[in-house]
Amino acid sequence: MSTDTTSTMPTPSPAPAATTASPARPAPQRRARRPREFTNFDVWVLVGSVISALCLNWLIFYRLTAGASLFGFLLCSYLTFLAIFGAVTADRVGRLVATDRVMTVVVVSAAAIVFVPLVLLIGYILVQGLKALRPNFFISDQEGITPVLPSTSGGASHAIVGSIEQVGLALLWSLPLALAAAVFLNESRSRWRRPVRIFVDAMSGLPSIVAGLFIFATLILPFAKSGNPLFGYNGFMASLALAITMLPTITRTVDVVLRLVPDGLREASLALGASRARTVISIVFPTARTGMTTAVVLGIARAVGETAPLLFTAFGYDLMNANPFAGSQESLPLFVYRNIRKPDLSAIERGFAGALVLLLLVVALFALARFIGRDRSKRRGTPKGGGAAVQINPDDPLNAPIVPSTGIPSGADPSSHPQQEPITS
Amino acid sequence: MSGIDLQDPPTPPSPAPGAGRTKRVVTEVPSVVDRRFNAITMGAGISVLVLLLLVGAFLLIQSSDAISQTGILRFLTRTEWRTDVQPPAIGVLGLLTGTVLVAVVAVLFAVPLSVFCALAITEYSTARRRKWLIGVVDLLAAVPSLLFGLWGFLYLSDKMIPISTWLSQNLGFIPFFHTEKNASLTGSIFIAGVVVALMVLPIITSVTREVFSQTPPGEKEAALALGGTRWGMIRSVVLPYGRGGIIGGSMLGLGRALGETIAVALLLPQVPQRIGDSIHILQNGGATVSGFIANRAGADAFTVSGLMAAGLVLFIITLATNMIASVVVARSRSGAGVDL
Repeated sequence: MSTDTTSTMPTPSPAPAATTASPARPAPQRRARRPREFTNFDVWVLVGSVISALCLNWLIFYRLTAGASLFGFLLCSYLTFLAIFGAVTADRVGRLVATDRVMTVVVVSAAAIVFVPLVLLIGYILVQGLKALRPNFFISDQEGITPVLPSTSGGASHAIVGSIEQVGLALLWSLPLALAAAVFLNESRSRWRRPVRIFVDAMSGLPSIVAGLFIFATLILPFAKSGNPLFGYNGFMASLALAITMLPTITRTVDVVLRLVPDGLREASLALGASRARTVISIVFPTARTGMTTAVVLGIARAVGETAPLLFTAFGYDLMNANPFAGSQESLPLFVYRNIRKPDLSAIERGFAGALVLLLLVVALFALARFIGRDRSKRRGTPKGGGAAVQINPDDPLNAPIVPSTGIPSGADPSSHPQQEPITS
Repeated sequence: MSGIDLQDPPTPPSPAPGAGRTKRVVTEVPSVVDRRFNAITMGAGISVLVLLLLVGAFLLIQSSDAISQTGILRFLTRTEWRTDVQPPAIGVLGLLTGTVLVAVVAVLFAVPLSVFCALAITEYSTARRRKWLIGVVDLLAAVPSLLFGLWGFLYLSDKMIPISTWLSQNLGFIPFFHTEKNASLTGSIFIAGVVVALMVLPIITSVTREVFSQTPPGEKEAALALGGTRWGMIRSVVLPYGRGGIIGGSMLGLGRALGETIAVALLLPQVPQRIGDSIHILQNGGATVSGFIANRAGADAFTVSGLMAAGLVLFIITLATNMIASVVVARSRSGAGVDL
C-alpha cells in the first residue's frame, strides 16, 4: 500500500505528548509506534488467542454441555478468539489499535471464508464425479441404459456434441451483433447511444429462464401444430435463447474493453486521414484484441453452464442427435440437471460425472481467459497505472469480463470520451 | 476537446483561421464507408434495443390469455396455482413471496461478506495477494449456477440441518425462525438463500471493490496523517465514500438473486407460499418465480401463458431493481465513474 509510509505516528492513549514535545527525554520513550507494526510478540498474541479460544469452546461444547455441531463450535470459537485477541491487544497497546487489529482479523478472515465454499464445491464435485467418469463417457451416449446398469456404463457424448453446437451457434448469432453494438456504444456519436446502453444494461438483468420462455412462446408454441421440426424443441432454438443471454454480457464487456483504448491512438488515426471505419478496424480492434478475446471466452464459459434457457428450448434427449435444427437435443448442463433428478443412484453418479466435465470445462475457459488477459496487462501495464486515479490495478480490463459491472478507470475522467462532447453533426 | 478538430480532415475550415476568436464551426461529412459503418453499428445498437422491447411485448401478449382469464387483480393477489379448475385460479403472490425471501436472505448473507472482501482486496492486500483474491472471487462468479445448485442440493443441505435446528430451537420465538413440529429442515428458503448468497457475492464484491478503489488517496492519507489507524481511516473515509456503491451493489445483487433459477429450482420444493400461512424460512417449502417456471418445462399452452405472466412480473421487478441500483450508484459521489 502506498499509504504505508505515512502512517508513522504515536499510539493515541499511552504517550501522545512524549513524541515531539520534549526532545530532551531519553530515546526509548520517544520511539513512535506504528499501528501496523506487527512484531513477533503480536504473532504470539494471535496464536495464543486462537488456542485459548479453541480450548475454552472445546471445554464448553464437548465437556460441559452436550455440544452443538462443528459449525457452531467453530463460530463460537471464532467470536471468542476475537474477544480475547481484542482484550489482550487493548491491554497492551490501547483500545484504538485493538479495534484496528480486530477489524483486520475480521476483514482478512472474511476474505478467507470466500475460499471455503469454492474449495468445498470443487472438491465435492471432483470426488463425486470421478466415481463414474470413464473414457467411454466421452464416446458413447445413453443408448440402452437402464437403471440397473452401473454408473460407469454409457456416456454423455450426445450432451457434449449438443453443448458445442448450441454454444457455437449462439456465439455465431450474438458475437457480430454484440461487437457492432459495442462499437456503436463507443465509437459513434448517435443520440441513440444512451437508450441503447440503458437497454443493454437492463437486458443483462433479464433472468435467463425468461429468455428461454420467450423463445418458447414466440417460436415454438405458435408453430407447434405446423409440424416443422425447425420450430420444435431443438438445438437451434436453444442457441437463440443462449444468444439472448450472451448478447448483453458480451456487449457490455467489449464496451468496457473498447473504452480502455487510449484516445490518442484514435485521434492519431483520424488525424492521418483514416475514416472512422478504418480507425475502428485497424486501430481500435487490434489494440483491444486481447481484452475482447477475454470477454468472448468468458461469455462462452458462462453460456456453457447455462441451464435455464435450455429447459424450454433444447428440452433434452438421451441419444445422440447431431443435427441442431431438428429434434430435441441434449447438452451438458441439461444432462446433469436431468440425471441428478432421477431416482436411481447410477443416474445421479452419471450426473456428477457430467458436472465434473462441465466444471473442468468452465475452469479451463476461465484459466484461458486469465491467460490471455495476463498477456495484455504485462505488455501495456505501465502507461495505464499512472495518473490521478490511483489503485486501479492494471489488470482490471481482464477482470471486467467476468462480472460485467467491474468498473473501469477511464469512466471516471471525462477526457476519455471525446465523442460525448456535444458536437454539431 | 481537442479531438473535435482532428476528426474531420476532409472538410476545409470554413472561416479564415485568423478572423478574430470566433469559434470555428466544425462539420463532418462522412465518407461512403463511414456512412455504411455508421449504419451497421447503429443497426446493431437499435436491434439490441428492439430485441428487448420484443421480449417484453411478447411476454405481455402471451401472458394476456392467463391474466384475462384470472383477472389482473386476482393474479397479483392470489397465491394458489391451479389450472385444473374452471375458471383457472392462478396467482403469483405465493411465488413472489418466496422469490423475495430467498433474495433477501441471500443479500443479508452476501453483503457483509462482500464488503469485507472488497476491503480486504483494496485496503489490506499487497498487489500480489490482491490479484489472487480477485481471481478467486471471479472464479466464484464463473462457476455455473447449476453446479452451485447441485452442491447445495446434495451436500450443503445436510450440513445445514444442525444450524437450522439450532436456529429454530433457540430463536424460534422470532416469527421467521419458527418451524412446525417434525418439519423437514432440508429444502428450505434459508438454505436456498445461503447458496444464492454465494452466487451474488462476486457481483457485490466487484462493485464495492471498484467504488472503494476510487476513494481519493488524499483523503485517506489525510485521515492517516491525523493519527487514524487503518480501520479508523476506512470507517471515516472509505466506507462513507463508498456508501452509494455498497447500496447499489447490494441492489444489483438483489436483482441477480431474484432471477436466480436453476439452483433454486433444485433446492426448493416449488410449492407456492400460501397467504394465510405464516412464513417458515427454516423448513421445507417455498417457491420462486423462476424456479417454478423451470420445473414446468413442456407444459400445456394455458399453463405456459400463466408462466409467461409470472415471468413478466419477475422481469419487471428485476428490471426495476437493477435500474434503481444503477441510479443509486450513479448519483453517489463515489459511483460517478462506475457502471453497473
